Amino acid sequence: MGGYGDMQMIDENGLRVDGRSPGDIREITIETGVIPVADGSCRMTWGTNEAIVAVYGPMEAHPRKIQRQDRAVLDVAYNMAPFSTTDRMRPGFNRRSREISKVTKDALESVVLLELYPRSKIRVTIEIVSAEAGTRCVGLTAASVALADAGIPMTDLVVSVASGKINDVVVCDLNKEEDNYGEADLPMGILPNSGELVFLQMDGNLSQEEFMEAWQYNMDAAQVVHEMMVEALKRGDSQ
Amino acid sequence: MNSGPVARLDNMSKKNGAAGPRKNNRGQTLVVPGEDLGDSEGFEAGHGVMAISGRLKAVKQGRLREKGRSISVEPTHTRYIPRPGDLVIGYIEGCTNNIWFIELGAPFNAILPMSLGPGKIDFGGTRSVMDIGEAVLCRIQEVEETHSSVVTMKGMGLRKIRSGVIEEIDPHLLGRLIGKGGETLRRLKAETDCRIVVADNGRMWVDGDLDGILDVRNRLSAISGDSNGGAN
Repeated sequence: MGGYGDMQMIDENGLRVDGRSPGDIREITIETGVIPVADGSCRMTWGTNEAIVAVYGPMEAHPRKIQRQDRAVLDVAYNMAPFSTTDRMRPGFNRRSREISKVTKDALESVVLLELYPRSKIRVTIEIVSAEAGTRCVGLTAASVALADAGIPMTDLVVSVASGKINDVVVCDLNKEEDNYGEADLPMGILPNSGELVFLQMDGNLSQEEFMEAWQYNMDAAQVVHEMMVEALKRGDSQ
Repeated sequence: MNSGPVARLDNMSKKNGAAGPRKNNRGQTLVVPGEDLGDSEGFEAGHGVMAISGRLKAVKQGRLREKGRSISVEPTHTRYIPRPGDLVIGYIEGCTNNIWFIELGAPFNAILPMSLGPGKIDFGGTRSVMDIGEAVLCRIQEVEETHSSVVTMKGMGLRKIRSGVIEEIDPHLLGRLIGKGGETLRRLKAETDCRIVVADNGRMWVDGDLDGILDVRNRLSAISGDSNGGAN
């Protein structure tokens, strides 16, 4: 949210820098079963973002002090590969990856039926191979597909989409330029079947009307992405 | 930048109708978590299905099964859940002076007390009999309410595995491997000339010639490949 200054990111026809109209989302591909040794896995590309997620478990939780007597623990690790951005990312955990791991874990805990596996652990590893903008959304969405692929019981899938504001126009699914030079960003985690929210963050300022418009964009886009997720899961299952 | 089609909001297709997918294509319907399976009135929620606010909802990915009034999901991927009496192959993951901890491929490790171990063992001598990483063929003796399970090696054929290899498939594919009345497994044993012990946790001990073992391994990967679209 660096502020747009003089940068014009919407032309007179209402089209954005990559030719999309305000309500369009970037191209998405989803593939399951990409890591043979994992219990469940998913590769998701969203524009030029690419995330690979592996799920292991449920398994015995080690060390024992992390075990919960009434439910399983989710161990979510989000990481960006050093080569995922044009500036080399320093390898290893940092404040940002810790924050995203935590919010992803909190969102997934709302849907995974953890109480079925007390004292055990489910490990979710999210690796961002290529980053453009909105990697937390890609990571969370791909993680829910990988969990379903692993046969983990869940009440719903989680779809995460972000909308934001550029040049005073609310747009759906920001790309890198819009994310860097736009005025606001609103990523949301949505349960597509019930319309419930499991994750919401906001960066920048939106008026109440703009917020509701971004909200509606996210809700609508979630249905589109959800259909792709279902299709990917069923395709992986039936081949 | 993106040459492919852009997903547009107006491309949204219709959601499941009031009846849900249950009414469409009985028997072979694939479902994913959260999918609406219709009204729960008069139906029973079986494995992988939950009744929430009067509606049936799938909580696992798999194939929909309807048996009488019971609706269930036969999952595509499963994790072994121990049951008393199951024959299992486990790896020793740790030990104390009088207990071994056994990894069964389940969400929880089992314990093997010294008193149920092979033969007579002195206190503190657990590791000299069976060390970490070794495989054992054992039987589930007890599963407590807290999911802790106890395994035993007292029984016919239960032993430490010293030769051959251990192969693994998803536990729900065991039926396909064993066949009706054990026919498929019997044929596999005869054709490959291998000694095969299939455990309930999806692991199997294969002992014999190298060629036979490789043959068994190829057939197993064919079974696993068939079930998940050749991803593995």
